[in-house]
Amino acid sequence: MSDRVSIKSPRPLYVRLQQVIGEESGFSSPTDFIVFVLRDLVGTLEPERQGELSDDELVAVRRKLENLGYL
Amino acid sequence: MIEAHGGRLISRIANESEQERWREELPNLKHVTLNRRELSDVEMIATGAMSPLEGFMNQRDYEHVCEHGRLANGIPWTIPITLAVSSELIAAEQIAVGENVALQDIDGEVFAVLEIADIYKVDKDHEAQSVLQTTDTAHPGVAYLQKTGDTYLGGRVTMLKRPTYERFEDFRLDPRETRFLFKEKGWDTIAAFQTRNPIHRAHEYLQKCALELVDALLIHPIMGETKSDDIPPDVRLECYNELLKGYYPAGRVAMSILPAAMRYAGPREAIFHAIIRKNYGCTHFIVGRDHAGVGNYYGTYDAHDIFKQFEALEIGITPLFFDHAFYCNSCNNMASQKTCPHGSDQHVFLSGTKIREMLSNGESLPPEFTRPEVSEILERHYSNETATVSS
Repeated sequence: MSDRVSIKSPRPLYVRLQQVIGEESGFSSPTDFIVFVLRDLVGTLEPERQGELSDDELVAVRRKLENLGYL
Repeated sequence: MIEAHGGRLISRIANESEQERWREELPNLKHVTLNRRELSDVEMIATGAMSPLEGFMNQRDYEHVCEHGRLANGIPWTIPITLAVSSELIAAEQIAVGENVALQDIDGEVFAVLEIADIYKVDKDHEAQSVLQTTDTAHPGVAYLQKTGDTYLGGRVTMLKRPTYERFEDFRLDPRETRFLFKEKGWDTIAAFQTRNPIHRAHEYLQKCALELVDALLIHPIMGETKSDDIPPDVRLECYNELLKGYYPAGRVAMSILPAAMRYAGPREAIFHAIIRKNYGCTHFIVGRDHAGVGNYYGTYDAHDIFKQFEALEIGITPLFFDHAFYCNSCNNMASQKTCPHGSDQHVFLSGTKIREMLSNGESLPPEFTRPEVSEILERHYSNETATVSS
């Protein structure tokens, strides 16, 4: 199990999530659901999801293209 | 820079947070084994080469593609991208919509996960007729369909690990990487050349005609699964390298490998190949005679005509159509049916069968047909192959 930290959520939202998740959603708790949604959301905001290269990738790609003689 | 097909370059390669998520889930997932084509499709989807696809097609997209050459949302897409399994596997493993499965290769190594959104049975003959225009099992695309399962899994994929390749790893550039290259070089217009064969003089002629019109050329050989009698990828790449060294302007040409598998779907695959190159950032795409054809299943210029079925703007990349090209002894240069007034008796053209026959007999190909450097590489390949068969 990876390290975990606590995040505070408004109680009404937490209660609402408990209701929405119910028993058949596959999520065992509101926490599982929140982690799932946040991972998905964070993923879409990261540079590669925007069709861009991250800083590390830029360095690697530049080196690759230089080795090929293209840059 | 040209927009990706559908407006956004997709990336389905797991980032750090996704890796973490899947590492936790993987031990509990069922496994589905991919064949080589499906694995290369996963890589193409994950890198954005197949944008706007984010996974294997659901039934709605699959049916629209078969019937109309478009996704369900109307975006042009001519080849089904599907993951086939047997109905027995579905029943035995109790695989269901809504669950995630690990996608592994035949050696059991996990490369990706699939979030199953759809499970549907298909009529392979109908797919073959719609997409390949034949149900003849001698067609390699039909033969492929016959040997794969009757049920398709649809859903989003996330690639956890990239396949590695024994050779030419450096030549593998993803769409984001070719786009970066084009931007860095200041190339606004780039023509892509699709090939699964060694470059003969006719190919070189088309490429250089295109290069007269655009800023740069991307030679983009397909290195996924091809027919068994096609020249092996490493031999082809050696030919391209040799030619690039001696006959192409270094500052205006790049070469990269496309990991896609050939479908031999002729005209439909021409559209597919064009769209893929658009995702790599190319603005033009060379379409020669019988593009992606095999045998006599398609008309010589069907791959040109199919572009008329779409609005230029919805395809987005500009096709450059070329007629049959050859060396003409009377013209004393390369020409095509469009530019040469002489009869075919003056044209140097060799069929694939004739080429294989000459090379198998240790004969050099005529320099008007193939550069001597390429002929030498091919002769060496065929002599090694003959030696292997004899020993």
